[in-house]
Amino acid sequence: MPNMANPRRHPRQAGDDGSGGNRSLPVLQNTTRRAAVKGGFATLGVAAFAAAVSPLKQAAERLSPQEFFQKHYEELTPQEKQRVIARLEAEARERFNRDVTIADDRPIPGTKFVYAINLSKCNGNGRCVEACHRENNHDRDTHQSYIRILEMPKGAFSMEDATTTYDGVVPKQDKYYLPVQCQQCDEPPCVDVCPVKATWKEEDGIVVVDYNWCIGCRYCEAACPYHARRFNWKEPNIPAREINPDQSYLSNRVRPAGVMEKCTFCLHRTRRGKLPACLEACPTGARVFGNILDPDSNIRWILENKRVYVLKEELGTKPSFFYYFD
Amino acid sequence: MGNTANKIGPWALLGTVPVLAYWLTFPSAPEPHTPRAFSGVQVGDTAHEQATAHAEEIHQPAKIKVIRLDASDPLGREVVAGCGTCHTTREPNLRTASADRLDQFHVGMQFSHGNLRCYACHDPQRPQDLRRADGTRVAVADAMDLCSQCHGPEAEAYRHGAHGGMNGAWDLEFGARYRNHCIDCHDPHVPQYPKMIVTFKPLDRFLVPKHEDHDTP
Repeated sequence: MPNMANPRRHPRQAGDDGSGGNRSLPVLQNTTRRAAVKGGFATLGVAAFAAAVSPLKQAAERLSPQEFFQKHYEELTPQEKQRVIARLEAEARERFNRDVTIADDRPIPGTKFVYAINLSKCNGNGRCVEACHRENNHDRDTHQSYIRILEMPKGAFSMEDATTTYDGVVPKQDKYYLPVQCQQCDEPPCVDVCPVKATWKEEDGIVVVDYNWCIGCRYCEAACPYHARRFNWKEPNIPAREINPDQSYLSNRVRPAGVMEKCTFCLHRTRRGKLPACLEACPTGARVFGNILDPDSNIRWILENKRVYVLKEELGTKPSFFYYFD
Repeated sequence: MGNTANKIGPWALLGTVPVLAYWLTFPSAPEPHTPRAFSGVQVGDTAHEQATAHAEEIHQPAKIKVIRLDASDPLGREVVAGCGTCHTTREPNLRTASADRLDQFHVGMQFSHGNLRCYACHDPQRPQDLRRADGTRVAVADAMDLCSQCHGPEAEAYRHGAHGGMNGAWDLEFGARYRNHCIDCHDPHVPQYPKMIVTFKPLDRFLVPKHEDHDTP
């Protein structure tokens, strides 16, 4: 290629044999060194760009254009929501060969949901953990669940001494049990740290995630002082017949891999008036759920009459989740 | 002419890259939208306006009618006897406090409920019914009345949903509610809540066994 690189030393190019016929390509005619360098870098640039976008080729397998260009949940018009939900339902049908309903449950006006757990009653049997697992379409392989029960030594409140791996017959001697799930904080640190605003607090107090907007950076998981958020390391594996078909966009629809998920107080149930799945599963009656704005609610009676406290009060997260003793 | 082509050539090529990338990403044509009814359940103002309160239903225990005997008839069927068979003919012993000294019926029955005696709760004349501390008769269906005599704080907590658990709606405005009876969780003769076995544990990263082999695919 010396002819191209240094045309001045060789004025007569290889293609020009002096007979007047020019057999070289027009682009290569009168090539200067500058042009050649430009061409080289441009080629490199194209190659680099192609390499950079090449992961999209694999992403194409599970990403449709509609999903790629989907807007943030709060910016979707009702018509767009309809289309998004229709698409998600069709995808679920294709994947599991099962008809699912994905609703768009909105907060009930005049409602603020709070939860309370009676630690004198809870015996750590873990039925709530299992109910959450089934209700919220969690990955079967990892036994994923939004609830984690800490076994704590009696007479102290020391989470460092707690264990989650206890097994067998409960309650054990000199132990008490502290179920921890999302506390639906009024000052949620997880919402503050989200760089893309994929998680926010709704009017009824529930902190939700738009699974289609989440980029999976896991900042919220790190920010949560209650370890309440979960990351989908892989596509959830659920046998089709075990899928809970009663789903909601912001709640228990099957989440894609690589996004965060969290307890939503079963908003697909509670915003339709039903109790959360973990409460209905509790055999000890330790769990109480209700609307704190209703002065006649069970939850208000507990707050007014029982010894109530919140977890990690000193952090100022203002949980909507209370623990009490008889 | 050749120079111009030389200059814009690579950039023109670059311009095609996004198109190419889009084609690589979404090889299939966008699927057409099928319009369908919005599946969202709207629990909103409309639900609030209809203030028809639903009922709270407490699970009812079965009536006590007979006692099973530890015997079978020639056809292999279980033999039962009505309470009145004996209790109408025999004088009640108000002092009986456990089944230890009984040799004909209720043999081997476990009893661990404070210092109560049988006839503290069972009516001496009709033991299939219950009686309050003041001697008035209570049907088994109303046994919660009887329990509440001593377990006031529990009864009060129960009335406010803080004891005993429930199923159904979190507010009666939205639907019915189903609740346990005292004796659904507490055996009246051995009322302490039983121990349980943990059946389900999450396998999250805090719980993964340390010896897990990372080389296996």
